[in-house]
Amino acid sequence: MGLGMQKSMYHNKRPVFLQLHRIHLPITGLVSISHRITGALLFLSLPLWLYLLQRSLSGPAGFLEVQDWFGQAHWRLLAAVMVWWFLHHLLAGIRVLLLDVEIGIELTHARASAAAVMWGSLLLLLVLLAVAI
Amino acid sequence: MNQYLSGLPAWLIQRLSALYMLLFVLILPLWWLGAEVGYERWHGLFASLPGGIAWGVFFLALLWHAWVGIRDIILDYLGYRPRLRLLMLSLLGGWLLALGLWGMRILLGVWL
Repeated sequence: MGLGMQKSMYHNKRPVFLQLHRIHLPITGLVSISHRITGALLFLSLPLWLYLLQRSLSGPAGFLEVQDWFGQAHWRLLAAVMVWWFLHHLLAGIRVLLLDVEIGIELTHARASAAAVMWGSLLLLLVLLAVAI
Repeated sequence: MNQYLSGLPAWLIQRLSALYMLLFVLILPLWWLGAEVGYERWHGLFASLPGGIAWGVFFLALLWHAWVGIRDIILDYLGYRPRLRLLMLSLLGGWLLALGLWGMRILLGVWL
């Protein structure tokens, strides 16, 4: 495809509707965009996890230091938020894998599984927190 | 270039790496619950041959997965700006390479 054709595809004069509060995204769309957003957030948090891994493996003192961090309320809160991103991304990913093999492809099922991803990730987080505390 | 000669398609890389990481995060909690986790046991997991290999493959799967995912985001939103797209993809590649080297250093630090 030539560059000129791409330009005409992207730089057309059709109106853009961007009143976000008036766009009602269906729940399948919500899960789809959250999957992308949580993926990007997890990507951005990689250095932090690598740093914690490095500290925890540097010696018994480093391990205790990391353990202490997770014991503090604000670090624990941050970790819980990031674990929630991960759980959401994980469940949404499993949903995509199932859709790939045409399981739950029917609209009512796709909607139900999308709701299950949203609520399931919160539920799993609560279970994890209950086990960890 | 013939599209059939261009290696594994991106979506397949994304799915295969996802499956490996899924398996990994299902097994890790079982290990965690197996016994009290202190420094010795945590370090031992990385120092053991199977544990070290499993973590190494996990790093690789994670970086490959991130490459496909962030690449998709860049292509979706910057697909019409070839030079900026190239710059962002290069930055992404360099960043992931740096993270990979860092991860490798952590693993080698345990082994050596």
